[in-house]
Amino acid sequence: MVTKTIFEKSVKNRTGFSLANSKIKTDVKELIPDKLRRKKQPNLPEVSELDALRHYIEISAKNHFIEKGFYPLGSCTMKYNPQINEMVCTLPGFTHIHPMQPEASVQGALEIMYELQKDLANISGFSQVSLQPVAGAQGEFTGVNIIYNYHKSKSRDPKKIIMPDSSHGTNPATTTMHGFEVVEIKSTDEGKVDLEALKEVVDDDVAGFMLTNPNTLGVFETQVKEIADIIHSVGGLMYMDGANMNAILGYIRPGDMGFDITHFNLHKTFSTPHGGGGPGNGGVGVTAELEEFLPSPIISKKEGKYYLDYSAENSIGKVHSFFGNFAVMVKAYMYIKMLGEKGLKRVAENAVINSNYVMNQIKEYFPVPFHDDIMHEFVASGKNYREYGIKTLDIAKRLLDYGVHAPTIYFPLIVKEALMIEPTETEGKETLDGFIEAMKIISKEAKENPEELKKAPTKPPIARLDETEAIKNLDIKFDFNQEK
Amino acid sequence: MPFISNTEEQIRKMLQTIGVSSFKELLKNIPDELFVKNNLGLDAPLSEIEIAKKVTQLSKKNISTQENINFLGGGIYDHFIPAAVDYITSRPEFYSAYTPYQAEVSQGTLQFIYEFQTMICELTGMDAANASMYDGASAAAEALLMAKHYNRKKKFLIADTIHPLYKEVIKTYTSALDVEIVYIPQEDGQVNIEFIKDNIDKDVAAVLVQSPNFFGIIEDMKKIDPIVHKQRRTLLIAAVDPISLMLLNSPAEYNADIVVGEGQALGNHQNYGGPLFGFFASKKKFVRKMPGRIIGATHDTQDRRGYVMTLQTREQHIRRDKATSNICTNESLCALAATVYMVLLGKKGLRKVSEQCLQKSHYLFDKINNIDGFEPAFSAPFFKEFVVRSDFEVDLVLRNMFEKGYFAGIDLTPYGYDDHLLIAVTEKRTKAELDNFAKKLEEDTKKLYL
Ligand SMILES: Cc1ncc(COP(=O)(O)O)c(C=O)c1O
Repeated sequence: MVTKTIFEKSVKNRTGFSLANSKIKTDVKELIPDKLRRKKQPNLPEVSELDALRHYIEISAKNHFIEKGFYPLGSCTMKYNPQINEMVCTLPGFTHIHPMQPEASVQGALEIMYELQKDLANISGFSQVSLQPVAGAQGEFTGVNIIYNYHKSKSRDPKKIIMPDSSHGTNPATTTMHGFEVVEIKSTDEGKVDLEALKEVVDDDVAGFMLTNPNTLGVFETQVKEIADIIHSVGGLMYMDGANMNAILGYIRPGDMGFDITHFNLHKTFSTPHGGGGPGNGGVGVTAELEEFLPSPIISKKEGKYYLDYSAENSIGKVHSFFGNFAVMVKAYMYIKMLGEKGLKRVAENAVINSNYVMNQIKEYFPVPFHDDIMHEFVASGKNYREYGIKTLDIAKRLLDYGVHAPTIYFPLIVKEALMIEPTETEGKETLDGFIEAMKIISKEAKENPEELKKAPTKPPIARLDETEAIKNLDIKFDFNQEK
Repeated sequence: MPFISNTEEQIRKMLQTIGVSSFKELLKNIPDELFVKNNLGLDAPLSEIEIAKKVTQLSKKNISTQENINFLGGGIYDHFIPAAVDYITSRPEFYSAYTPYQAEVSQGTLQFIYEFQTMICELTGMDAANASMYDGASAAAEALLMAKHYNRKKKFLIADTIHPLYKEVIKTYTSALDVEIVYIPQEDGQVNIEFIKDNIDKDVAAVLVQSPNFFGIIEDMKKIDPIVHKQRRTLLIAAVDPISLMLLNSPAEYNADIVVGEGQALGNHQNYGGPLFGFFASKKKFVRKMPGRIIGATHDTQDRRGYVMTLQTREQHIRRDKATSNICTNESLCALAATVYMVLLGKKGLRKVSEQCLQKSHYLFDKINNIDGFEPAFSAPFFKEFVVRSDFEVDLVLRNMFEKGYFAGIDLTPYGYDDHLLIAVTEKRTKAELDNFAKKLEEDTKKLYL
């Protein structure tokens, strides 16, 4: 069913809003000179509160979301988000505080941030954490900027950052956006960093290495220490993309693996919801040597009082207007406090077991080219179905018919027809069995009835959408003239 | 163990199926030295009752803007938010979905973003808007980078009157790039237009001006437009307050090429400064250089209208090191709050909000400047925020007023303006509140004279 846009539901002079008339009635024309005043009024819709709610509830029902069904979207860690977190973070003592309030009036907020910094430092094996970056990619930018400033402080100016070809798109994008050059190295047949290839490109011009561990194939980079030694030997720094930290919580820490910097995706590992694309938060942890470069302020404590600490003299500055996504931090704080060390370990265990279980059951149907040392996710391939004219895209769309969100299919680029599957720890065996069953059925359908498969999905509110048309006839805002 | 579904029995079965005897066996190739040796040093786990109690108590240690009367602005504003906004954003259908990678099961998210883009275009007069940026500051920084990619020029002229935190973020974003930043000095709280005239040349990639600016003052953008556009391919970037756009010139009316801004004022709580969201809009011809996600309408195989992410070859997940930006996760849910907010208020409601901000701030401006020891810092027209100069130590005034239950404004001393106080007034303040505030301020500062 197609839902009209809210603009088509507009009825002149309706409103969904009440505000008392002001006792102050100065004429606007007296307050703003004519030349600064707007001439053409914007076309905003006019609807009642009920109209608006019906509209957004109607379209909301067209979404897949974690409480509705399985969401094995690889790399995104779509775990369950505890309800208590959602409730508590809406308390007015959190929502209604302004970032420029006196410190004495925000001690509760600062305590949460201070504790979260400390817990994340302990979990990652680092000395200090800045919570300021608001997404993984901004954490990467912060990390790369720290790498840049670290070298500058040593009067060095290396130009290159190395990363494997399995890396997430934000790694190379961040690197060039910042002004470094990306050097991509091939992975081995096991899906790990090729040490020989690495040695070939390493020289004095290397500023650092970006690695996700476990990497985006779900494979643990067992020779991470050797990589770190090679990079450190030329004065480079090791950056860990922490998006996959769910796999190692409580067991292995980036700080113990030879990394100097990592970012956290609070919206993946620490169960804060993704909001249909955001907000998340992407704090950064560093070794003691790099603390002085962290974005300012961090939260410190003196004589029982928490305060915004701007003392880091070599701070890279700011990446966010204020202190990062505070409301997201409250949820991550609660999550960690509820789980404790033992709980975090259970997370890693179940994430890894669930993923290995699913891999074990479907690899016969969808081969997994890199299958050793698989952690919380794995990448299967749909390439065996090419001979039937079936692409991974068709398989993904068919999964939607079975009430499951499709795995990630746009990356990693080094697996042909990739299906990146991350069950997460919060799913139970029956859900996984249901998914495995669906994959087996789809495998059969692909061979026996490929034409039907290409028509998938048929169950969602809309059938397959034409992305080429969307680019060709670019329609990115409602055309108010179309009805007339 | 909460939030984990598998029982011990199920785990045992799964391990058996996998063909290992324990979890540790799955990690057998990981060198021993990598494993944590000691405890992490975290607190003992709390139950739901315990954590709810603890965090509720922490929330009470904060003094909220519901308790104190709030005149703080500086980019984050205490506007009224209808309950229906929070009702929609707290629906899991929206908040616990991921980025809409599978369009067929994400039409809710995709459609609201399309509506959001439309309304941002309506407010700004631009042709294209994206799905959101991290905040106004990073949106401004990315607008500069976009201009540089478009015209390959290397110099930025930036108004000294933009938000100082925008300056800091821009500095970080451009620190390693081969670019030059020249700040346009201010005069009477407005950018010095003569300076732009004298300093613009063919190497300038973009001129960035904020209006209303950090001091709340409306810049004379129409005068800046011809100076900027006399240079070939040089872009005018405007940073704006969306609420002000109901009354002030739309950026299209002064021919801005890219428009950015902090969107928090549209239906989002202050949340101690985050999450915020940046909006980002431009003229059509720059759309392929834009950062971030863009949603487009299209049709399905049965010719029904639907929505998809479009122009994805700009983005990091496709274009990697050649992407227009590294942004992936954005601030979608904040954009949803803004969408519902704008829909509920509609054109009349949002205009009323805009008018009341204007009227009430001017009313308070007059009241405060009638108090001995206060005077206007600038004479240029302003919107909802203004600066007064004071004979008293601003820090002391703020502390005294805080004790009386007010967040009285922002001390501009750290930004290089000693004795200056920045005060924001939204539609939420009543006439009685403004009168009382002025009265208390007068009483309080009178004492300081003695
Ligand atoms: C491996 C990896 N790195 C980095 C990112 C970027 O994180 P964010 O989307 O929070 O910017 C992601 C998530 O999309 C990811 O999966």
